[in-house]
Amino acid sequence: MKKYPYLPHTEEDIKEMLKAIGVESIDDLFVDVPKTISPEKLNLPESMDELTVRKIVEGLAKKNKFLNEMKVFLGAGIYYRYIPAVVYHMASKPNFVTAYTPYQAEVSQGTLQALFEYQTMICELTGMEVTNASMYDGASALAEAMLMAVRISKKPKVLLSEAIHPEYKKTVETYVKPQGIEVEYFAYDKETGQVDIEDLKKKLDDKVGGVAVAYPNFFGIVEDLKAIKELLPEKVPFVVAADPIALAILEPPAKFGADIVVGEGQALGNFPELGGPGFGFFSTNMKHVRTMPGRLIGKTKDVDGKTGYVMILQTREQHIRRSKATSNICSNHAHSAVMAAIYMSTMGKEGLVEVAERSAKAAHYLAKRLEEKGFSLAFKGPFLFEFVFNAGQDYEEKWHKLAERGILGPLPLSRFYADMKDKALAATTELTTKEDIEALLEAIA
Amino acid sequence: MTIFEKSVKGRKAYSLPEFDIPDVEIDIPEHLKRKEKANLPEVYEVEVVRHYTELEKKNFSVDVGFYPLGSCTMKYNPKINEDMSALFRWLHPYQPEETIQGALELMYDLKEKLLEITGTDDMTLIPSAGAHGELTGMLIIRTYHLDRGDTKRDKVIVPDSAHGTNPASAAMAGFKVIELKSSDEGLVDLEELEKHLDDTVAAIMLTNPNTLGYFERDIEKIAKMAHDVGALLYYDGANLNAIMGKARPGDMGFDVVHLNLHKTFSTPHGMGGPGSGPIGVKEHLKDFLPVPVVRKDGDKYYLDYDLPKSIGMVRAFYGNFGVLVKAYTYILTMGKDGLTKASELAVLNANYLKALLREVYSAAYDEDGKRPCMHEFVLDGSKLLKETGVKTLDVAKRLLDLGFHAPTVYFPLIVPEALMIEPTETESKETLEAFAAAMKQIVKEAHENPQILKEAPKNTPVRRLDEATASRKPVVRWQKQ
Repeated sequence: MKKYPYLPHTEEDIKEMLKAIGVESIDDLFVDVPKTISPEKLNLPESMDELTVRKIVEGLAKKNKFLNEMKVFLGAGIYYRYIPAVVYHMASKPNFVTAYTPYQAEVSQGTLQALFEYQTMICELTGMEVTNASMYDGASALAEAMLMAVRISKKPKVLLSEAIHPEYKKTVETYVKPQGIEVEYFAYDKETGQVDIEDLKKKLDDKVGGVAVAYPNFFGIVEDLKAIKELLPEKVPFVVAADPIALAILEPPAKFGADIVVGEGQALGNFPELGGPGFGFFSTNMKHVRTMPGRLIGKTKDVDGKTGYVMILQTREQHIRRSKATSNICSNHAHSAVMAAIYMSTMGKEGLVEVAERSAKAAHYLAKRLEEKGFSLAFKGPFLFEFVFNAGQDYEEKWHKLAERGILGPLPLSRFYADMKDKALAATTELTTKEDIEALLEAIA
Repeated sequence: MTIFEKSVKGRKAYSLPEFDIPDVEIDIPEHLKRKEKANLPEVYEVEVVRHYTELEKKNFSVDVGFYPLGSCTMKYNPKINEDMSALFRWLHPYQPEETIQGALELMYDLKEKLLEITGTDDMTLIPSAGAHGELTGMLIIRTYHLDRGDTKRDKVIVPDSAHGTNPASAAMAGFKVIELKSSDEGLVDLEELEKHLDDTVAAIMLTNPNTLGYFERDIEKIAKMAHDVGALLYYDGANLNAIMGKARPGDMGFDVVHLNLHKTFSTPHGMGGPGSGPIGVKEHLKDFLPVPVVRKDGDKYYLDYDLPKSIGMVRAFYGNFGVLVKAYTYILTMGKDGLTKASELAVLNANYLKALLREVYSAAYDEDGKRPCMHEFVLDGSKLLKETGVKTLDVAKRLLDLGFHAPTVYFPLIVPEALMIEPTETESKETLEAFAAAMKQIVKEAHENPQILKEAPKNTPVRRLDEATASRKPVVRWQKQ
């Protein structure tokens, strides 16, 4: 009998087990599976030894160019940031990696406390009162936020800024439309790149039950949340999709009266991994906590009076409420969220600010140098570490050539907008050096 | 103690290189600048290590011991999977396609292999979890009917034994949910089903084997009944671990098939996620998959966004790629023979454990104790409750004291005091026997000294927690006293 490293059964074991069960063969246990649907054999390769598997997968890995061997100016929702060794070493601990959802709280205090601390840290960044234990990603978190906004307002339409990440907008549409919720967009000001206040005013009718903007927006521009909030009727939930690193130096959305704050958390110590897994963070205020989606951890005491943590308000969730639940979400991105908590513990109060400031300084220096080389910025609004510039009609072609030279250049916006063929979205981080910037300038000039 | 209480002003755990970029002014309006720094902890690196090591020690995990959670497939998570996934950490989703050919090839090949395992024709790897896949599948079904001009299908039929995510996902996709009462064998009741089936039904969602661990042997008949009224059949893949190489959902008549790579394909559960929930579909549903779909043209791999009838996007980027690498590694390692063997042994282990427990517990819908189950089985704890006053919850807590994780409890909802046990194929005969011995000890204690069970657990980092107060007066973040 062929042996497999993950399967313990000897022939003797199988014989004894079948005897105890009272059947002749393993096939007797599959009596209910109709023969008509039993395949002869799967058309797959035979099992392989570990070394052979390693060689195959390493071979596939070699067919890529990796961020850590290139000069990187790509952002647009996923960022190339430094992850201290301690972060992934701690996150890789087996009792974090191979544990399940903390259904048995007594033997899951590590998970529960780590997530409770994560919730606290995200509350610190967003300024909100409560954060759930994570969503899949920023886009689905925003989609769930719009559904929650409608649950609160009970109105049939949501308004989104045009300047939200294009894939987030598409995700929101996929999620809300089947529930009969209409999606409408308000424009951005072509000069500043910020919300077009007049257009927003015009579109705010009685049917609107939620308004969302990004902070900073997809073009890297920092929206004036104060000016936007002032326009909104009191009962219309204000949703902000924020970048967590930007929140280290931007006034938190809570200060401007945001009702729900969401975002992609990858930049907090998670690897880019071709876009996933990162995680979505989701914050709101306590008055809305019962209509929030996702798992939530709370602090309590055990029968001996000892502090402990448990999942709370589970009556919102699918396993109790079934079709009436606030969301269908069950598995979330807990491990990615804990990795973020380890990152935030490592970087701390000063480190996150330093990362944000360095990233912003690099972007502003790059912008200045681009202008010196004759490129112009597309928008005049304030930005931090991402901005759009006019890169020329042939930029997309040039972008592919840059990659050959080891530069992952600013993202050609032709990817998302037919009328932005000449525009590129540049991103910098604390990893960007002066040398990287000069190399880029030389290559695209 | 929380990390916040360990914070000391002035400590830090990170270092960054010298900053060589000339100072340029960052012009942000004063009212948008942060006035007060986020109050994150200030600790040094050793504290980070000690804190998270201390937390990690308080968790049970598959690496620690037997974790028989029904419907969760807590099988061993091979270490090689983690190493292979780490090779692909530093890839950006928007890199030029020519610089990510290896990653795209891996996704394409994984898709091909999963299509073979499930018997479907095309697939999306994007959904991030089982429930996310369910939502995606339900939206595909909705869009399919609407595309045919069939606008009256507003109902989805879900058995009363189904996972909670099924009705929740159907509702999120805009459907009304009809709950189907199970037969006295714990299967789909064909007569009941017939009553609900008409041209307003969009789909039936089934788990096969179902959550009781029984295979729906009338599955071909059910598929025909559904298709005869124009409804589609949706497969919840939570229990695929029972049938790899033995039967394919696509061949049973399912139109949409979801997988949980974090269950069947050994990627770890990571305290509740990230997972991955690919959706396979039959030919007639290909056009409705979410974008992008990974495709091959000659020897080039690319992401196809050109699906005019697509349901749209269900999240940003391409899914949980890091998880996909782990599942791919697992499938290569196991091969067709190993995957088939895994399902056979998962079923063998479940039946063996069920036989060992026969004298102290009866399984649901199994009067004589002889009915074969698939990869899991459900015990009925109502007799023990009646005889001793010991609840399933008490049994679960006592198991923690005895060094095991508890089974899934109080699910499925149709079995009173349910204990749902899924041992998986990666557990040895000795482990199953040790668990059975623990269960027998607990039943004995229930009769002789139930107080032990009422007071359990005693050997865990904390004991039973006050969940009621925690939900009534929620404390959801740390605050300085």
